[in-house]
Amino acid sequence: MANTETHIISVKTYLMVFVALIALLVATVVAAMLPLGALHLPVAMTIAVIKAAMILLIFMHVYYSPALTKIVSVAALLWAALLLTITVADYFSRGWLDILGK
Amino acid sequence: MSSSSITLEEAAVPARTETLLSHHFDDVEQQSNASILGMWFFLATEVMFFSGLITAYTIYRALSPEAFRLGSLHMHVWLGFFNTLVLLTSSLTMALAVRSSQLGRRDRTVWYMVATAVLGAGFLGVKAIEYSMEIEHNLFPGVNFQVPAEDAAALAEISATPEELQQNLGHFQIMFVLYFFITGVHAFHMIIGIVIVLIMAALMKRNWFSGNGTTQIEAMGLYWHFVDIVWVFLYPLLYLIDLSGGH
Repeated sequence: MANTETHIISVKTYLMVFVALIALLVATVVAAMLPLGALHLPVAMTIAVIKAAMILLIFMHVYYSPALTKIVSVAALLWAALLLTITVADYFSRGWLDILGK
Repeated sequence: MSSSSITLEEAAVPARTETLLSHHFDDVEQQSNASILGMWFFLATEVMFFSGLITAYTIYRALSPEAFRLGSLHMHVWLGFFNTLVLLTSSLTMALAVRSSQLGRRDRTVWYMVATAVLGAGFLGVKAIEYSMEIEHNLFPGVNFQVPAEDAAALAEISATPEELQQNLGHFQIMFVLYFFITGVHAFHMIIGIVIVLIMAALMKRNWFSGNGTTQIEAMGLYWHFVDIVWVFLYPLLYLIDLSGGH
């Protein structure tokens, strides 16, 4: 091969990740049907994050990528987290202080 | 492959396994890493784009959780399940396309890419069926939108004041605004993905790329997997808020 640096992942690994993704998909539907009350959202998001991590690390090869690629892929999530936390903090702290015209 | 089995077409287009190196790169590896990094920067902007919508969803759902739960019950859970399955399978075929190109198997790469595009089109077909059913039930936001009677009654029950009821009814529609907008934008990404996959498959077939197109196919695969990841979050957020019915 021209590029000997490329890490080639085996078909078996890809298939195992695929089967795990299907299992988690079934798990997330089953979890939605269980009476979990307030835990529905955290459970669903935990499963989604695990699925996303498997796609990211194996299908998207981040696990075998140079450090710079890893940083950029995680930095995207950092910006998303900033956007979410600061906006939510703004919306839900508005009534805390009795300021005119808030 | 023995020489007797080489077809005329293959003989006319010798395989370009050597990767062409642009003069501003030190070596082929650096060139490839630069391309992949560029795609990751683009995907970072895409994460920002979708997280803006997810933030809007978070705010409204936190303000009217019951309206969102009731809205979610109108989604077609099993069509969504099937579509998630289709999309995860398309990610597998895309990963295998990248693998085949790494191994220099041009024909297989093309077929895995075609399979990916077909699965993507299947996803859009199911989505179109879902949309048409929802529009038929007056759940498309706008002048024809109607809060179903049982949902309006349920929201009236949990609302303490008429103002609160109006807000809950409004946010019930907002749920569908967000649903149609986010899944619509996602479907738009799918359409772009399918077109690009098919163009790249045609170029691959014509032996357009040097180095078996490994870097190009991998960069394209990153986009496809990203669109898949977005759906992995959309499915539970929109379809599966709480199906236990224990309220």
